[in-house]
Amino acid sequence: MRENCVIKTENLTKEYKLGVIGSGTLRHDLQSWYARKRGKDDPNLKIGSNHYSAGDRFLALDSLDIEIDRGERVGIIGANGAGKSTFLKLLSRVTSPTDGEIRFRGRIASMLEVGTGFHGELTGRENIYLNGAILGMSKAEITEKIDKIIEFSECEKFIDTPVKRYSSGMFVKLAFAVAAHLDAEILIMDEVLAVGDMQFQKKCITKMRELALNENRTVLYVSHNMNTIRELCNRCIVLDHGKKIFDGDVENAIKIYLGGELDDFAFYDYNGCHKEPCKRNDVELLRAGYYGKTDNLFYNEEFMPLELEWQNNNDIHNLCLRVEVSDYRRFPVTAFVIEDFYSGKKGEKVSMRFKLNISRIAKGGYYTRYVFYNRKSDTLPFESVEIAKGLRFRKRMSEQNENRWQKAWGSVIMDEIELDDTN
Amino acid sequence: MQNSDVTVVSAKRGLFSLNLKELWKYRDLVILFVKRDLKNVYKQTVLGPLWIVINPFLSTFVFTVIFGIIANISTDGIPQFLFYMSGNILWSYFSNCFNRASSTFLSNARIFGKVYFPRLVMPLSGIIYNSITFLVQFVMFSILVAVYAFTGANVHPNLLVLALPVLLIHIAFLGTGTGLIISSLTTKYRDLNVLVSFGLTLWMYLTPVVYPVSQIPESFRWIMLLNPVAPIVETFRFAFLGSGSFEWIYLLISAVVTAVILILGMIVFNQVEKNFIDTV
Repeated sequence: MRENCVIKTENLTKEYKLGVIGSGTLRHDLQSWYARKRGKDDPNLKIGSNHYSAGDRFLALDSLDIEIDRGERVGIIGANGAGKSTFLKLLSRVTSPTDGEIRFRGRIASMLEVGTGFHGELTGRENIYLNGAILGMSKAEITEKIDKIIEFSECEKFIDTPVKRYSSGMFVKLAFAVAAHLDAEILIMDEVLAVGDMQFQKKCITKMRELALNENRTVLYVSHNMNTIRELCNRCIVLDHGKKIFDGDVENAIKIYLGGELDDFAFYDYNGCHKEPCKRNDVELLRAGYYGKTDNLFYNEEFMPLELEWQNNNDIHNLCLRVEVSDYRRFPVTAFVIEDFYSGKKGEKVSMRFKLNISRIAKGGYYTRYVFYNRKSDTLPFESVEIAKGLRFRKRMSEQNENRWQKAWGSVIMDEIELDDTN
Repeated sequence: MQNSDVTVVSAKRGLFSLNLKELWKYRDLVILFVKRDLKNVYKQTVLGPLWIVINPFLSTFVFTVIFGIIANISTDGIPQFLFYMSGNILWSYFSNCFNRASSTFLSNARIFGKVYFPRLVMPLSGIIYNSITFLVQFVMFSILVAVYAFTGANVHPNLLVLALPVLLIHIAFLGTGTGLIISSLTTKYRDLNVLVSFGLTLWMYLTPVVYPVSQIPESFRWIMLLNPVAPIVETFRFAFLGSGSFEWIYLLISAVVTAVILILGMIVFNQVEKNFIDTV
């Protein structure tokens, strides 16, 4: 490990089995075991599968490599299910990885929940001791700091009252106060501030910044509240489906997470993510790009130059492509289609360029989705062979045309109305 | 900074990678959990901590009525109440240690799911908590023994009473070790819980708690004494009441069995604790 590095993960992977784990009862497990032993079919298997919950695996974290240095304030963001909490759980050793490893220096204090181990019948003071000890402090350490903790918690008046009589806000304040005064080198927090009032949230964030800046502690913070991320962090990691998709400065990370119109990628490297499940996976999209462009801005009548690179996982006959466009609210706008444009052998890597006429699409930001499909014959239904999140694009109108485009309403520009004077 | 204070968390864990040093660091937590439990158990009850004393008296009374008076089982000439109380407090110490350890994962799932500390803290604080309640009950028991002895009843405490601490550690380790094995199994098989409470009752009747070993036919007695709890109960009775048997060989066998169970329990526990939160 480098001198300054405090957390390092290598190939960190966590796999969960979906659905019911095992059969849950000893009887079924014994039954299955006995049946297998006699070489008979397992009576508890689902028909068609050859092992318990086969295939129903889910990678909550997919070979994550992260290095964090001393004194960094790292925000971790991502949609629900991106793997944020799993990552924090592994770091705080609540559960252990399926593969890979974590190395860290010093003590980790984790607050995955507010007031873990708080006991309603005990007073605030007793709970400070209990909670502090749970988080790894010794009694002497707590005694030394208890005045500071009580002061920070703003609960002086109620400190000798059982915490079951506390309001939820007071509860959080007390709990946070304990965690903030830990001597741990690494602080981990999972959205714990969401319950406190604005003023207290501010206080906590200031406190954590101070800890990082003055005492060189490292802070890891998960939140869906971008404002607190902005205020606290100086580095941000974006997770998506268990993978790290961005690691760097906070503003760019937030842009990517919000997926807003601001993103100006003209190029995507898929690398296995941003895909949607489909029945067959005959085609594997590797890259998508707007060739000859450095951003995703299109003006007026400009064509969209789209280059897609994919690999054939199977022999392909009469491949078709649909580019679906939806607006910023994810409402469908339209789709571009090209049918039977390609056939090829298994294993080939193909790169093709397409021209899409998007002149009729009105001003605004849009999402796209690439759907590859094919059909065995005219009578059979279509079958999707690859579905991937597409590049976004933004449509702008140049100044002189602005007036003319004012006539457009919605997302699609239609021809002007003609007078029907045939009679 | 030295590389030595780097902690490594990886997918595999050695069979014996029991971190006792870490457990020692958390000794304050063990004490705090004991305090919490002592404070909490009899909260909002009228008699409060008095229940610790009342409980064994009540069940000893029930034992005396059912096994002593109605079934009229011999107690080797020992006053019935003392005889049943000795078996009762020792057995409940054992079964409490067992229960605390066996419910470690299920009853602490919430807190284990949110924060890491050595999981052995829980059964360990259970042992201390149960020892405290046992000692309170034991004081009552000793007073009763003194009173009976003074009034000339057939009780003869002897020097073996000095072995009490060893007996207590022995029985606590046995109960906890068995409990740890069960706790590791119950995370996966919940239906074991039902079986366990039934099994524990059965175990009590296989142990000379409500009858003396002398009631067992001579030829079966050795089987009886292979039950690791039995020699402990017998020795305890021999020390404080002067009846029953005291045989080193069975006590030694029991100690070996206890050691094996405890080590096995800790190994299984150690393997289960790292991932149990995903299955519980």
